[in-house]
Amino acid sequence: MDFLIFQVPMLTLQAVLDGLLLGILFALIAYGMALQWGVMNIINIAQGDLVILGGYIAYFMYLYGIHPAWGVIVSPIIMYFVGVIIYKLVINKVVDRDLFISILATFGISILFMQLMNFAFGADVVLANSGYGTTMLFDNSVTLPNSKIFSAFISILFAIGLVIYMKKSKLGRAIRATAQNARAAKILGVDTEKVYAATFGINAALCGVAGALISITFTIHPYMGLPYTIRSFMIVIVAGLGNLPGVAMSGMSLGVFEEFADYILGTEFRIGSVFLLLVLILVYRRFKLSRKREYLK
Amino acid sequence: MNKNTILYGAILIFGIAAPFIFPAFKVQLSILCILIILAITWNVQGGEMGYNTFGNILFYGLGMYLCASVQVGMFFPLGEWTEGGGEKTFVHTPAQFFQGFAVGLAVAAVVPAIIAGLIGYSILGLRGHYFAICTLGLGVAAGEISGGIEIIGAGQGFTTPPFPNVDRLEARGEFFYFCSFIVLVFTFLAVKAIYSTRFKLVLNAIRDNEDKAEAMGIQTMKYKIIGWMISAFFCGLAGGIMGGLVGYIDSTDVAFDGREMGVFMVLMAILGGKGTLWGPVIGATLFHIFKEGFWTFFLGWQYVALGVLIVVIVIYFPEGIMGWLREKYPERFGEVVDEADRKAQVTLK
Repeated sequence: MDFLIFQVPMLTLQAVLDGLLLGILFALIAYGMALQWGVMNIINIAQGDLVILGGYIAYFMYLYGIHPAWGVIVSPIIMYFVGVIIYKLVINKVVDRDLFISILATFGISILFMQLMNFAFGADVVLANSGYGTTMLFDNSVTLPNSKIFSAFISILFAIGLVIYMKKSKLGRAIRATAQNARAAKILGVDTEKVYAATFGINAALCGVAGALISITFTIHPYMGLPYTIRSFMIVIVAGLGNLPGVAMSGMSLGVFEEFADYILGTEFRIGSVFLLLVLILVYRRFKLSRKREYLK
Repeated sequence: MNKNTILYGAILIFGIAAPFIFPAFKVQLSILCILIILAITWNVQGGEMGYNTFGNILFYGLGMYLCASVQVGMFFPLGEWTEGGGEKTFVHTPAQFFQGFAVGLAVAAVVPAIIAGLIGYSILGLRGHYFAICTLGLGVAAGEISGGIEIIGAGQGFTTPPFPNVDRLEARGEFFYFCSFIVLVFTFLAVKAIYSTRFKLVLNAIRDNEDKAEAMGIQTMKYKIIGWMISAFFCGLAGGIMGGLVGYIDSTDVAFDGREMGVFMVLMAILGGKGTLWGPVIGATLFHIFKEGFWTFFLGWQYVALGVLIVVIVIYFPEGIMGWLREKYPERFGEVVDEADRKAQVTLK
């Protein structure tokens, strides 16, 4: 085997570390996906485009001379309102309908966002330079940009904050009640319409945080949204709805998988390998489930 | 001679005469034929069987690459052709071109159908949205992977063999128009024949309730795979012709173009009316007219319009044109209507 990764063992460590830090970001996006899927029974294909939009907010702050790390605070606030507006215009009309309708409608939103961002921000690959420098480990053989550590730290902070918010606050409890049984929640006085809007807003805000962090650590581009959607979908189906440790674990494994695919297959197959992994996971899941069905018979 | 025969005859005559009546629109008419084929085949899968797929683009792109590769590979080394400028060094004689195209089309139709049959057992076991997302993933993965394979041109694309020098200038457009029109007629007749058999009823049973269909003793998996293979067959054929028509194949922008063709075929079938024979035809025609108008006059805004169109159609018009007509004039669709009951329902509203 003449792959570089087997010749230089330190690269393995590098790939694992990169993958873990990247995977935490994926997990944050996937958490938003799981939230809206669990509460509203909607699969949002535009998830990745919300991420990219959040990234562009941070990038613009960087262009205007504000440190892009502040995007972590500004971007979710703006994205929350973007999410609520999308909910009011489109999503509330597809909530109770067939799942394919919601997939197709959000696919339309995704195409719309892609093109609008392409107009507004141009088709260049951009990144917001945070100027955080790099940490060198093991005699400079493993490099670790500080921005990646920063982004992982912020993601964990937001995830923990959200978990506490969902447990303790009134809105959080209303959201969980609606997820369990929307009709019963309605009877007990929960304004489910408001809960749905808030859920979608929170999801968009999470995407905003993740996007801002991605624009600091990696790069953003108007057409890069769909892979993020697919990644978060994959993480959610592997972890299951409402299983936060599972989401974190599978997010980080996906990150590591991607880094290794990058080193072994080459960068041009990176996105392709993500989509192929999705197909493989779904097929595996289908055979596992069908075995269970036979067992029940 | 009943009314239907006259209608079909008129459409056939119009189809044959169209390139001579509108000589400037030959390419557009060919693309329209391809779009109709795609919409009809999507409808077999999504409308009749209820398996909404984004992945038929896989077979379309596969057909495109296969047809072009066979057409080149039969006479010249494929690797050198795609290396760069192969179309300048190697020239197909007319006989070679047509021979290669015919064989290429046959391969482009059969191989995707076989592939659909092979992967069908694993993929078609998925239900509902899992199936939709899985096929979406398949289409994108195919695009990304084919963009990394050297022998079919990788990132720089694949120039299909240029049309050989025949004396007449108009020959290229006419050739591709009649190719796509003949395939369209063939597709329509084949699907119409399929729809008049028990097979269609089985597909509808799967759509309405798969578990019950299985309980009634239908081997649903067998029928689902056959349905998908039919879809793949015609998608591959359409892709092969489209590759020759466009003259240039790029992995993500032409062949596995999920953002354009992959969405178009879903949208056209839904616009016309899912689960009807004529719906996709009407939907594709209307969509093509709308699209060309928009693409020409509002260049750059086309995807914005497309996104808005998808959202509007899906939310406000999910039944499509045929569904709307059916609700309005149920008698025309052979449904027996109790007039008193209908009036009572109207007043209730």
